[in-house]
Amino acid sequence: MPSYWRDFLEQIDDYRWMINTDYKQGMRVPGLLYADANMLDQIGEEHSPEQVANVAFLPGIVGKSMAMPDIHWGYGFPIGGVAATRVTDGVVSPGGVGFDINCGVRLLVTNLTEKDVKPRIEGIIYQLFVNIPSGVGSKGRITLKGNQINKVLRNGARWAVEEGYGEKEDLEFAEENGCLKQADPDQVSEKAKKRGVPQLGTLGSGNHFLEIQVVDEIYDHLAAKAFGIEQTGQVLLLIHTGSRGLGYQVCDDYLKTMGKAVRDYGIEIPDRQLACAPVKSPEGQAYLAAMNCAANYAWANRQCITHWTRQTFSNVFGQSARELGLRLVYDVAHNIAKIEDHELDGKKVSLCVHRKGATRAFPAGHPEIPAAYQNIGQPVLVPGDMGRYSYLAVGTEKAMEETFGSTCHGAGRVLSRSAAKRELSAADIADELYRKGVTFKVASKSSLVEEASQAYKDVAEVINVAERAGISRKVLKARPIGVIKG
Amino acid sequence: MSEFEIIDHTADVGIIARGESVEEVFINAARGMFSLIIDLDTVVESTSQEITVDAPDQEELLITWLNELLYLFDAENLIFSRFEITYLGQEHLKGIVYGEEVDPDRHNLKSDVKAATYHMIRLQKQDGFSAHIILDI
Repeated sequence: MPSYWRDFLEQIDDYRWMINTDYKQGMRVPGLLYADANMLDQIGEEHSPEQVANVAFLPGIVGKSMAMPDIHWGYGFPIGGVAATRVTDGVVSPGGVGFDINCGVRLLVTNLTEKDVKPRIEGIIYQLFVNIPSGVGSKGRITLKGNQINKVLRNGARWAVEEGYGEKEDLEFAEENGCLKQADPDQVSEKAKKRGVPQLGTLGSGNHFLEIQVVDEIYDHLAAKAFGIEQTGQVLLLIHTGSRGLGYQVCDDYLKTMGKAVRDYGIEIPDRQLACAPVKSPEGQAYLAAMNCAANYAWANRQCITHWTRQTFSNVFGQSARELGLRLVYDVAHNIAKIEDHELDGKKVSLCVHRKGATRAFPAGHPEIPAAYQNIGQPVLVPGDMGRYSYLAVGTEKAMEETFGSTCHGAGRVLSRSAAKRELSAADIADELYRKGVTFKVASKSSLVEEASQAYKDVAEVINVAERAGISRKVLKARPIGVIKG
Repeated sequence: MSEFEIIDHTADVGIIARGESVEEVFINAARGMFSLIIDLDTVVESTSQEITVDAPDQEELLITWLNELLYLFDAENLIFSRFEITYLGQEHLKGIVYGEEVDPDRHNLKSDVKAATYHMIRLQKQDGFSAHIILDI
């Protein structure tokens, strides 16, 4: 990897590094990396800074082509990439969202403590694994007949709640209330629907998981309290999954549409995976309408999984989910493009904000966040790897000013999957998790190795850089005691 | 020279497929991709499927071919271990692929390949032909 991009790198402060536009002819705006000096060395071994520069080619891009501190080498966009384009004359790029549209995370709180859960953890994990289909090629327990899939695509989490998978209040505590309104199922191909129908209500594989966690350390008691978290030792549940095959197919379908659009509109891009079309063009509008459908599917998916998680806990403890205090804290999308209003040079403008492995991080007082969190800010869920810990943070004004209200989304890989398999053994990792007190059930041995702690950056470093740069603020840290994985 | 090679990519997986002809590159790319999903020697050729795909050029055709096969895996539960190309033009491909339906008792599915991406896709002619493909996994 040529590292000459470093010659074009300007250090702004300890956590901000700018890639100037003269790095590559065609960059419309500079690139901006959020990282500390150590991370920068790691980032430099990959192609991700090049990808940040490539994203800066997108017509209508404003501000900077940004990379959050969990940046790593993706395809097209870097993972951890944030780019906003003007709706009036900018483009939307399916590559800026990715294949797993609305891959995201949701956090549930319980009124249980580690002491309540630990003695029954084996049973809980086993039952969760039975009740929530996971793994490669897993099929769901929901039967969608005829055109019912269109209702899922139109209504998202609301569809699930209306079908009995959850509580009405759940909808209040999800980004977009779990449903993007401009969703048109006619823009989603039959192929995508065919993939989506049997997979609704499945966790999938790879880095997707359901974790039982224990609050380890609280940094902001006021915020934690607003989210229903009173003390260390309290048990939380974290669900990470997305739109499954339906989203992959929507992305693939529209990459082809955009490949043609790029030629038709005479757009110059340095990588085919960045194919795009003007937001306002028929192609751009069709993609957004289909992407919103896939996002809604993902919210319905996480809602169904939430329901079975509640059922499982209810069975194990012989109490209702309500009695156990199994309440949704929040649900965030971290692969998505959203039409949002932001202030730019003192004026309010409508932008298409691409977050590819980045989390929306709106500050207190923003109209898009739930009434109960108005004084606190939007919850930001940042999962780490299964052997360490995850963070709950909140959005800030600084994020609004600098990153179009965005921050990091996770740990970010440091070892490729094949390197993890070469260097680590399933038995050692199982031992290590056992020693750390993490009970787990995985559908395949390879996912245990591929998802090992050693394959990831320490999420603490990521969240600390985001905090020091001011784009999110830590609320608490939680460590896993139980994991199910595909 | 190996037919395909799995290469390291931090978040995803890369394949370099090689061949004496472009057809062979297409076949080896498909073999490489399915080798990530399943051990190819556990697949019995009990069914076949005709494939027809179109794209504006051969590079996009390669990705379209791979994604069509992934669609059949994901939507129809089919896995393949042998691939034939019966026609390959600049914009059009016809092929027949052989395999069977996934049988959870016999098959150990290893990874879920989400899609073949267009990232830096290049078909090269040098010591035969090769293509470098990044898969989202």
